[in-house]
Amino acid sequence: MGFPKVYDYVAGKKAWGSYGLPREGTNVPARTAADVTHRDVPTCDLDDRLADVRERVRAAGWDTCIVVNEQRVVLGRLGRKAIVSDSQSSVEEAMTPGPGTVRPSIGADALLERIRTRNLTGFLVTTPDGRLVGLTLRSDLE
Amino acid sequence: MPESIDHDEVLRLISEENAQLVEVLPAKEFGEEDVTGAINIPLKELDERAPRELERERPVIVYCNDYQ
Repeated sequence: MGFPKVYDYVAGKKAWGSYGLPREGTNVPARTAADVTHRDVPTCDLDDRLADVRERVRAAGWDTCIVVNEQRVVLGRLGRKAIVSDSQSSVEEAMTPGPGTVRPSIGADALLERIRTRNLTGFLVTTPDGRLVGLTLRSDLE
Repeated sequence: MPESIDHDEVLRLISEENAQLVEVLPAKEFGEEDVTGAINIPLKELDERAPRELERERPVIVYCNDYQ
């Protein structure tokens, strides 16, 4: 090209979309997981006290909490059962490790189909490197 | 060879250095999906069109579908 500053975004537009960054075009879904994801879903660390997490999550009106590390990489999920119980177990013991995730670029219709097929109430949305974006609820898609 | 960068650097170059994003795939694929704000100059036409359509003093970021 003969230009002084030329860079190559090697990951390309597929990766761009999977990080939830803006795209356009005839094949881009009108509504994606990124548009309906609850980015305010509560999070906690593995080392947090489960009793403290429960109190905080309930006070915020949620019945789930996502366990993340310092980089916000998803480690597990505390489901409703763990949040409403009075168990004295640790966060690590109470969580479901390695929950299924989707990328922010997935179309809302495709995500709803996946949720229905698995009979879930929602799906975690993460970047390709596993960082939490948020939680998309089935009720927001139906 | 152009320097390889990740999406964080793309975002930085756009916001801080007013970089120009160029998709080098054919027009049909560009129309189906592109990065918002990008322009389309297919690879085969790049050398001919770049001097006319891009600003030399601004960084240029090229991309295609994925690692290629």
